[in-house]
Amino acid sequence: MFKHIAVAALALTFSSAVSGTAFADDIVAGKLTISDPLIRATAPKARVAGGFMTITNHGDQADRLIGGTASFAGKTEIHEMAMQGEVMRMRQLAEGLEIPAGGSVSLMPGGYHIMFMKLGEQLMPGETRKVTVTFEKAGEVALDMNVLSVGDLKKHMENKHMHGDHSHN
Amino acid sequence: MQLKTIRYILWGLVGVAVLGVGGAYYLNKTGSGMNLVPMVAKLGTPFNLVDYNGEPITEKAFEGHPTALFFGFTNCPEVCPTTVYEISNWLTTLGEEGEPLRVFFISIDPERDTPEMLSDYLKAQSERVVGITGPQEEIDKLVLGWRVFTRKVPLDDGDYTMDHTASIYLVRPDGSFQGTIAYGEDTDVAIEKLRLLLKS
Repeated sequence: MFKHIAVAALALTFSSAVSGTAFADDIVAGKLTISDPLIRATAPKARVAGGFMTITNHGDQADRLIGGTASFAGKTEIHEMAMQGEVMRMRQLAEGLEIPAGGSVSLMPGGYHIMFMKLGEQLMPGETRKVTVTFEKAGEVALDMNVLSVGDLKKHMENKHMHGDHSHN
Repeated sequence: MQLKTIRYILWGLVGVAVLGVGGAYYLNKTGSGMNLVPMVAKLGTPFNLVDYNGEPITEKAFEGHPTALFFGFTNCPEVCPTTVYEISNWLTTLGEEGEPLRVFFISIDPERDTPEMLSDYLKAQSERVVGITGPQEEIDKLVLGWRVFTRKVPLDDGDYTMDHTASIYLVRPDGSFQGTIAYGEDTDVAIEKLRLLLKS
């Protein structure tokens, strides 16, 4: 039985390595690599949206994600969501989010995310949206972020999570 | 792994289970155990608000049929759209069996959530989730009456977001509280809780 589980886990790891690059190629900016940049689609009249990605720092110095801009949002911030018991709490990371030297940080549902606020338009599944994220050292990085439906994003992240393709440092 | 090792592990687990059940029984008997389900006599309160069509709505809307209540707001990037999506999936799974269930999305941010906004926001996501909003004082009554936690969190430029209880409240046809479905609850568990509610 244990052998079967190990084989299944191994198979999933390989399939995730493939599917992780299925949406868009990794973006390289200096010592940073950004992969899987995604936005959760919004309902009409929703004025906020969450953006997600995995950032890997290959350098020997920490960098910091400090903000961003997007034409569709009046304001773009870095936020952290946390469940405390049954209560959902949301905080702006005013100091940004550290990407440690040699480490990798995932922005994903239930945790860190890019918070697009004061949306001027609805973000529809299937769209690709241009976003610029700003790092302390790596500077501004232009991204094409794919918009996924609520359900597709949930499934995508569940797969990613299950395969251990994330880390909070 | 050898069969013998597995056998030891399984017996170990049996031991843990026996201790656990015994311990829970003892705590229950001595009254020192924490209640996993809050023993609340009755949740709920009278209120006067409007639904997302602008029609008046009161506490009577939660009576005479199984009801699910969610307290949220439209400026919520994750928990609220995900919960509406989950509810919609559960209702699809339940099919005819789930028809008596009424689902309400109560705005904890009535300052920004007008009936029109809730209507556009919710109807695009589900035909079954009815929005409720109205004067802040009336929303406050509901929030207090259902022991919901909400807190306005200021952002740097005068804007704000809301911390809030993210669970779904399940209410029996007689108005009594059955329990909650937590945010991120396993689908099968959520469906079973709804089936139990539908049988009440």
